[in-house]
Amino acid sequence: MCDQTFLAATFGPCDSCGKASPLMNIYIKNDAINYCSFCMEVMACQGLQSGETLASLKKESDSLKKKLEEERGKLNDIELHQVAEKVEMLGALSIKTKRLLKGHGNKVLCMDWCKDKRRLVSSSQDGKVIVWDAFTLNKEHGVTLPCTWVMACAYAPSGCAVACGGLDNKCSVFPLSLDKNENLSAKKKAVAMHTNYVSGCTFTNSDMQLLTSSGDGTCALWDVESGQLLQSFHGHTADVLSLDLAPSETGNTFVSGGSDKKANVWDMRSGQNIQSFESHESDINCVKYYPSGDAFASASDDSTCRFYDLRADREVAVYQKDSVIFGASTVDFSLSGRLLFAGYNDYTINVWDVLKGTRVSVLFGHENRVSRVRVSPDGTALCSASWDNTLRIWA
Amino acid sequence: MAEGSKDQGGVGTTDPEEDSPNMIVYRKIEDIVTRIQDEKAGGVAIRTVKSFLSKIPSVVSGADIVQWLMKNLSIEDPAEAIHLGSLIAAHGYIFPISDHVLTLKDDGTLYRFQSPYFWPSNCWEPENTDYAIYLCKRTMQNKARLELADYEAENLARLQRAFARKWEFIFMQAEAQVKIDRKKDKAERKILDSQERAFWDVHRPVPGCVNTTEMDIRKCRRERNPHRVKKSVYGVPDDGQSQPSPIHISSQPTRKPTKEDVQKEITFLNVQLDRHCMKVSKVADSLMSYTEQFVEYDPFVSATEPSNPWISWRGRVGISRDPSQQRVKKWSFSLEEALKDPAGRDQFLKFLESEFSSENLRFWLAVQDLKRRPLQEVASRAQEIWQEFLAEGAPSSINLDSHSYERTSQNLKDPGRYSYEDAQEHIFKLMKSDSYARFLRSNIYQDLLLARKKPQKGKTTVTNIQVQGNYDIL
Repeated sequence: MCDQTFLAATFGPCDSCGKASPLMNIYIKNDAINYCSFCMEVMACQGLQSGETLASLKKESDSLKKKLEEERGKLNDIELHQVAEKVEMLGALSIKTKRLLKGHGNKVLCMDWCKDKRRLVSSSQDGKVIVWDAFTLNKEHGVTLPCTWVMACAYAPSGCAVACGGLDNKCSVFPLSLDKNENLSAKKKAVAMHTNYVSGCTFTNSDMQLLTSSGDGTCALWDVESGQLLQSFHGHTADVLSLDLAPSETGNTFVSGGSDKKANVWDMRSGQNIQSFESHESDINCVKYYPSGDAFASASDDSTCRFYDLRADREVAVYQKDSVIFGASTVDFSLSGRLLFAGYNDYTINVWDVLKGTRVSVLFGHENRVSRVRVSPDGTALCSASWDNTLRIWA
Repeated sequence: MAEGSKDQGGVGTTDPEEDSPNMIVYRKIEDIVTRIQDEKAGGVAIRTVKSFLSKIPSVVSGADIVQWLMKNLSIEDPAEAIHLGSLIAAHGYIFPISDHVLTLKDDGTLYRFQSPYFWPSNCWEPENTDYAIYLCKRTMQNKARLELADYEAENLARLQRAFARKWEFIFMQAEAQVKIDRKKDKAERKILDSQERAFWDVHRPVPGCVNTTEMDIRKCRRERNPHRVKKSVYGVPDDGQSQPSPIHISSQPTRKPTKEDVQKEITFLNVQLDRHCMKVSKVADSLMSYTEQFVEYDPFVSATEPSNPWISWRGRVGISRDPSQQRVKKWSFSLEEALKDPAGRDQFLKFLESEFSSENLRFWLAVQDLKRRPLQEVASRAQEIWQEFLAEGAPSSINLDSHSYERTSQNLKDPGRYSYEDAQEHIFKLMKSDSYARFLRSNIYQDLLLARKKPQKGKTTVTNIQVQGNYDIL
């Protein structure tokens, strides 16, 4: 390398450090290298160790991807729905709306059941968070957040608190006081702090930890009492739109889905991305584990829902129909995992036979997009939240 | 349609707008609507219908559209076809010629197709000035069919107040539009007028109707150029008054991947290649057997006991103390299932206590609890667990292999939530292979499973239709 001043021909992000600066454009073995002057010197000093340029690394990565595809392909000996041909057909389902929860003044964006199987919390675009007794339709608590679009809400396992967040980039926890006169807003505690909107939140198996997903591309685990960040999860290359905790008593994993069309499985202890799935053609709006924890389903703007098995490390089913052209926004499994309930932007809920891959029922009723569906903890009912300002309980 | 390059993270060659969720749906609808209009390829016949004194050009009946949808999109239920058709209408691609409300009816109601100029995929966000011009010019036309509906008259009044200062300008624009329209052919005018009206029905819907132009705020950042000058329907030059939509948060352009990023990816891929995976056939069998095992507990699929409280009027019938046989049976599926159910946990503990070997389960439960403590309490709790179960001369000493013991005592030098993970896993395996199997054979378990004991409280039936139950928190 001659030690001389040079004319910068281009300006842009450096291939090595990513910083935007004047770039030196040179070629090494026909590979174009565009480094900033600092990285160029570093590389020169390292004597071009192992010829690792961005381009050669990319080639390596591409060939590994191909190899992985081949290896996984060898395991794809049969389709799930073919194996499931021997399973008995489901009888006709008769699912009807059993309760209609009215009270929100704007789009209901999220809801979550309490472990007591009858209470639930819901949040809406106008900043309101309501705790209902879905059985009696009684509104037990109501809080108004100072921000609009409360996209995430969750009930604490103890039933004594709720968490919610959205456009305020935070996730706050409210204790649920039995004293009706107490002002819940005053007891609000901001736990999670992201640099963009909070898209999803869930308590881990206790009231003391909160897991959040955000438009800033990360997920994070927080200690509720101190607000401390315990672990952050980086890997998505766009907004993370949804997350779900693995149902195991002993496991420490969760899955997340995002606008980068990827679904990633994470180890909560190390923060590592364990597995990654990319087969959707557009944003993944929702991810949910199959009850055994060995598989999960996803809902996407490409109007399909897909089923991924963790042990086979691949997609094993796609749930789609010619007449379903609107994006799917939310999914949940019935207790046994035989049924998949999916809410769509065409205001309907499609019920899919998970094993056979066919649609067994359509639930009409909502008058605008369905934003969230959740099966109750004992599997007896399905709750759906919608942009038509209502929630419905189906059984 | 241009496909995006599969370059991971690279600047895609697709127009980013094409990938936006709204655009995906629009393109699908446009495909459907184009096919419906293609008579040669099995589309519906679009014709001119004679009515009293005039002809209605270029229309199709609702029933025809419903038929087409059922046939070409494999829809079996007409209700579903009507629903899909109504959504296509609500987005402004087809419209009834004599109604502002955009739905599809399965009868002789006449519909027309929207002109591609007005398609939502052109990203219209018409300003109120345009709407004012539109309503104004409608009042200048004498045809009865062009009379303003009540809500439109209200809107016009409101706009007149809001734009009081520039009303003269708006009035002039409206007049100009009327002049242009008059020059057109009569039949053409009918069609264009209706299409224009349908356009406004989408962007200024009838009160009570869904505004299909509303967007999910999380997806709004995708807009290619949120600060672009919005085009006017009537060619009104932008006077700089229009604000860029407040919901458009500028998105960061996708970062080109750096060497580090690709290196991380390579490491990840290598880990994946080393992973031992199962064949789909095996995995399918496993999924099927899991589902089959639990199907009898799934209220959506099988009739379960007690009856579904959302369906039957009565609350839980029978407040007997013992858990139902069906619930007890679940504990035999796996140790995990038994421990998931608090009643299962209690019974297992009871059994172990009777054998004087409960320390394993108590240790396991203590470690579970440790993981749920607030950060502050973790260190002290971890020490307590050590003292109780693992220290020399501990009161509830558990049996750990020397390797796990070493690891655990190392971990405790810097105690954390996961300090006991190895030990817990070891103990879990121990319980699973030894005491769990004995538990399932024990009298304590078998009595419950076969309901051999008489319930301690007599079964109480609820006779009045009160929906108060004692709902256990599981």
